[in-house]
Amino acid sequence: MKILVPVKRVIDPYVNIRVKSDETGVETENVKMSMNPFCEIAVEEAIRLKEAGKAEEIIAVSIGNQSCQETIRTALAMGADRGIHVLTEEKIEPISIAKILSKICEQESPGLVISGKQAIDGDNNQTGQMLAALTDMPQGTFASKIEIDSDKVKVTREIDGGLQTVSLNMPAIITTDLRLNEPRYASLPNIMKAKKKPIDQKSPEDYSIDVTPRVNVLKVIEPPKREAGIKVENISELVEKLKNEAGVI
Amino acid sequence: MTTLFFIEHANGQVSDQSLKAISATSQIDGDVHGLIVGSDIDSVVAEASKIEGLSKLMHVDDDSFNNILAENLTQLILNISEDYEYFLAAATTTGKNVMPRLAAKLDVSQISEIIAIEGPDTFIRTIYAGNAIATVQTSDPKKVLTVRPTAFKSAAMGSSGCEITKINAENMPSISEFIGEELTKSDRPELTSAKTIISGGRGMQNGENFELLDKVAEKLGAAVGASRAAVDAGFVPNDYQVGQTGKVVAPELYIAVGISGAIQHLAGMKDSKVIVAINKDEEAPIFDVADYGLVADLFQVLPELEQAL
Repeated sequence: MKILVPVKRVIDPYVNIRVKSDETGVETENVKMSMNPFCEIAVEEAIRLKEAGKAEEIIAVSIGNQSCQETIRTALAMGADRGIHVLTEEKIEPISIAKILSKICEQESPGLVISGKQAIDGDNNQTGQMLAALTDMPQGTFASKIEIDSDKVKVTREIDGGLQTVSLNMPAIITTDLRLNEPRYASLPNIMKAKKKPIDQKSPEDYSIDVTPRVNVLKVIEPPKREAGIKVENISELVEKLKNEAGVI
Repeated sequence: MTTLFFIEHANGQVSDQSLKAISATSQIDGDVHGLIVGSDIDSVVAEASKIEGLSKLMHVDDDSFNNILAENLTQLILNISEDYEYFLAAATTTGKNVMPRLAAKLDVSQISEIIAIEGPDTFIRTIYAGNAIATVQTSDPKKVLTVRPTAFKSAAMGSSGCEITKINAENMPSISEFIGEELTKSDRPELTSAKTIISGGRGMQNGENFELLDKVAEKLGAAVGASRAAVDAGFVPNDYQVGQTGKVVAPELYIAVGISGAIQHLAGMKDSKVIVAINKDEEAPIFDVADYGLVADLFQVLPELEQAL
């Protein structure tokens, strides 16, 4: 079985976001970039399935500018076998990403697609579900546990208030939540080895997908700043303020 | 143009999150129809039919919808989608699971977790975990949206119900199956819907000390959360995590205990109405966003706080 893992390059989660003063977006020039944390979890899960003998090959896919090759290399260094890079300079939306991925699924016929539940830049939480729709595959979103049992996969999902377990016919799409696993760090020898693993370069045109955005970002602003409040001396003053001034207890 | 809103319910009641999110529809012209699914839920259906602004409520009375599968609910909405221009649901785990699937089936974009409606095709939403706010305009003919419940006030209930019609679940895909559900049994509210949250950070020193927070939470009817540092240190499970890679919350009152206030954490809680910080380091960045700061040893003041409530 093949596992397809889409990976996204995003601003590193530990970087302070700066909104551009012309309100057109967020500053990404000269900012540290990393693989989206939920995608790391997806890569890790795919590797664990391969290590457990449930999968033979892991294909990491990234869609975006030239630098996305680095993100694919990270996945290869973790343990993915080969990469597909769909090169585009366009700001590409989840629906277009899902369409390209659905074409790749047609060509590669993976038994599972494991993706992050959302990217921490756009916070859309859409691509996995959209890919499932376009390929008519079942979806196990927000997964915290995955068990493959012959032609079905049992997915434990993090839902509001607890956990839900569903059984999906394979091929299926799974999106990862935080508790699924803790991603490994790539070792130096594996980073070196990853340099030799193949990355296929493609373009959206190769898949006949029109990636023209449908959603126009009119402006991006900073959220209202919170002002530091006051210091209280002790618990009784705190409780008094919360009761009488803020009215929240 | 007509709007379809998917209404969730649990324990015999319309969900709070749906009640809040549905009030976003008052800013969209045209009729609003509700959709509610499940069997033996006549009293919830009657209650939902009274939600102000609803002109019609469709009810699928079918055992297979007692537990929602994204594949089936998407098909159900698709069956009736021709009549609607707007499709809305609360940004719950169900809404987030289903609405993107629906959007892709309709070949349109989906707009996630809107916090305001600017115009018929223009919406405001947060990106980068709330560190930036984007105004977006869609050119798609149909609009599929999820609504962040904390950004809207609960819809009022009218005195009489709207028209209720039953619809059937047809052409259901049989590609997935519900196996089971394990809901956290707790008297405490769930983090994302709690009105009060008390969270602990690395300053708690170990997992046992979280009992100090539990005791205060008990008094306040609060949920207990944690910073990523506390989760990484193994004090508490990952589902406690508030922050950019954890849960984004906006309660009435957020009490941060022994949390320094890393950007990670602030991204997940800075929209709270009132923030209290308790930390022995007076230079901790958490104090920059706190309405009330107390520089103190948490092990001394937490028992005092519990007593004072």
